[in-house]
Amino acid sequence: MRRDLISIDDSARLVDQVQCAIARRQPLRIRGGDSKAFLGTQVQGEEIDTRSHRGIVSYDPSELVITARAGTPLAEMNAILDEAGQMLPCEPPTFGEAATIGGVVAAGLSGPRRPWAGSVRDFVLGCRIVTGEGRHLRFGGQVMKNVAGYDVSRLMSGSFGCLGLITEVSMKVLPKPRETRCLSLALEASEAMRELSSWRKAALPVSGACHVDGRLHVRLEGGAGSVRAAADRIGGEHLDDDFWTSLREHRLAFFEDDRPLWRLSLPNATPLAALPGDAIIDWGGAQRWLKSEASADVIRGIASAAAGHATCFVPGVTPEPFQPIPAALMRFHTQLKQRLDPHRVFNPGRMYADY
Amino acid sequence: MSYAYDEKLDGPLRDHDKARIVRDLRALLPDLQLLHAQEDLRPFECDGLSAYRITPMLVALPDTIDEVQALLKYANAHDIPVVARGAGTGLSGGALPLEKGILLVMARFSRILEVDAEAGIARVQPGVRNLAISQAAAPHGLYYAPDPSSQIACSIGGNVAENAGGVHCLKYGLTVHNILRVEIVTIDGERLTLGSEALDAPGFDLLALITGSEGMLGVVVEVTVKLLTKPQSAKVLLASFDDIEKAGNAVAQIIAAGVIPGGLEMMDNLAIRAAEDFIHAGYPVDAEALLLCEVDGAESDVEEDCARVEALLRTAGATDIRLAANEAERQRFWAGRKNAFPAVGRISPDYYCMDGTIPRRELSRVLRGIADLSAQYGLRVANVFHAGDGNMHPLILFDANAAGEMDRAEAIGARILELCVEAGGSITGEHGVGREKINQMCAQFNSDELTFFHAVKAAFDPSGLLNPGKNVPTLHRCAEFGSMHVHHGALPHPELERF
Repeated sequence: MRRDLISIDDSARLVDQVQCAIARRQPLRIRGGDSKAFLGTQVQGEEIDTRSHRGIVSYDPSELVITARAGTPLAEMNAILDEAGQMLPCEPPTFGEAATIGGVVAAGLSGPRRPWAGSVRDFVLGCRIVTGEGRHLRFGGQVMKNVAGYDVSRLMSGSFGCLGLITEVSMKVLPKPRETRCLSLALEASEAMRELSSWRKAALPVSGACHVDGRLHVRLEGGAGSVRAAADRIGGEHLDDDFWTSLREHRLAFFEDDRPLWRLSLPNATPLAALPGDAIIDWGGAQRWLKSEASADVIRGIASAAAGHATCFVPGVTPEPFQPIPAALMRFHTQLKQRLDPHRVFNPGRMYADY
Repeated sequence: MSYAYDEKLDGPLRDHDKARIVRDLRALLPDLQLLHAQEDLRPFECDGLSAYRITPMLVALPDTIDEVQALLKYANAHDIPVVARGAGTGLSGGALPLEKGILLVMARFSRILEVDAEAGIARVQPGVRNLAISQAAAPHGLYYAPDPSSQIACSIGGNVAENAGGVHCLKYGLTVHNILRVEIVTIDGERLTLGSEALDAPGFDLLALITGSEGMLGVVVEVTVKLLTKPQSAKVLLASFDDIEKAGNAVAQIIAAGVIPGGLEMMDNLAIRAAEDFIHAGYPVDAEALLLCEVDGAESDVEEDCARVEALLRTAGATDIRLAANEAERQRFWAGRKNAFPAVGRISPDYYCMDGTIPRRELSRVLRGIADLSAQYGLRVANVFHAGDGNMHPLILFDANAAGEMDRAEAIGARILELCVEAGGSITGEHGVGREKINQMCAQFNSDELTFFHAVKAAFDPSGLLNPGKNVPTLHRCAEFGSMHVHHGALPHPELERF
């Protein structure tokens, strides 16, 4: 393991701060790098900072598992994996260098490879959390298969800290692809969707597909032979690898626009409906980024009609940045929150006003 | 332990007037088929763990989701426990009935509602068999990836409840990675949609939570699964080793070299000989260990990976390496492995299958530990191993009719699971806790962690009416059974392949 990396177990302080907060009924605002603080609703609470609790706890490349403390910078983890020729296949966005692995799991955001490789939660194997009763517990583990008890680790992913404070995570990792080719083709959106569908049926090794500004950008990853054959079939021009980083980190020119940014998550075969604003198609059709002044109701109406949902990626635009969920389902969310965080200390209101 | 529900350890259950319940339900749901005569109940007294048998108070066989909702609402209002059951192939007694409970059999929900080849999804009822989904998708060149050994019989609702795996998990994931949406009915009769046809849904990831929850949180009434394009090509290599540790190292080297095989299986000498004797797969009977490594994908990548794996196996000290020359030989190589359980069943009157998982690096140590225990208890143990993902299936050979052997088999099984937990693994990789491993949960989790699980349960089922006595032990039970204590289980459905 690299020696230049900082490894500090500061869990005792985190547990202590949670216990004090419980005793005082003091809401906590959990933060790591604060790189995704713009998502959800601003939490009014005492700050609890995970960044001092950091470092790789264990990593053995042949096990395909890495375990790290929550405050470990994602960039550091990626560097370590990279040295061993491995990666987090879900390629989570950092939205700034400060992002921590705890925040990655809590936010559950995945990058361009998600439809083909899986999401952040798909790669979560285990976690340690400080609970709403102030206990420091361990769920899941460092093994690929584990069905003992409820899958608390994956429940934590994407829960924005509302169910407990993540202090450590174990993630499945995979070898980096042997070969990568990125291509760009001038295609209308509808034509691009048709092509993507035919490539899917032909099992081409696509690992990124984004339509922006009248061009389809495609990433191919796999063995040398399959990537070459797919590139020959697809044609188009060479595309710089950096495109995918720029897309993932919202650094494309498209994102430089004063209108609010919305994320639409849709079934991948959703027909292209006119969206009220400018849009790019990511995830081969399953994720659309929309720059729009339209109201939350209008945008959500479109997403819901297509059996999807919409999240506002800019604070202050709507009081409900995450799409409201049906009342019956919300009841079970609040019951879960009530049981796991009975004193309401963890990020109250971050996801929904109800919890 | 006695496997029967124990009110002193598992919590009190209310006594019910069965005749009144039947009367009420007939009035409430005139079309619902109910079984209540003793002879009609018998076929439902066990699931795949047939050593555990309890006759349910009554069996309900609903046809519609409305009936499921109404039945659960009624049960909730009257404090009647409900155990949901799919095809009943589970190996941990997860669908073991309760004498004081209703067994809710979902077998009639057996329709494939939709296969959408364009979207790559299938929407199915929970009683649809796992293999039937792949069969329905096959005309489109698609399949459903998780392939538990019982896939010709097990149902997708049960797969969701158990987070079922199979031999291709390392590359293609478990059930949780291959479903998009489930509909459940909660104990208070609420119908909820978890997940969506999109790749995520707003709110908590309750889809992940419900997967593998063993029928404790809700009853699955519909499932939307992802379908994958069939790999163009698949090749399998069979490697022999004169030392099981060398085989374990070979596995680590294959993975470290960046190859993720579609399947990577290991067998020890006892398992090899039993399988060869039964199937005549051409296995090396003198080898201490055998590795089966299947690589799949695009033709050219498969060629490349095969060459790479072969070189690695040679460096790792394989004494013989064979590439299946054709599809028939590939099938034969796999047939030996897939029939390892029944093969072991031929060389021993009884055997007991374990399901522990370990980090792969611990393999040699755990296998040595198992060998020591085998000598100490005087019982043979055959090892088959999903080497790619660390899931061990030690098979303990014993004779239930020989005095004391069953007790020894239970004891050694408990010690093996302890070894797995000590090595940083889990008591169950894919078979579930059910009733069978309820006491071993006390070894894997401390009382705070178990309390947390109970809190999750209470958020969905505060009265504890769904599948009581399964999956998560009461703290009282753990206090009583602080040490490991594993019970005998025989493998039913001998006609099914077991991985």
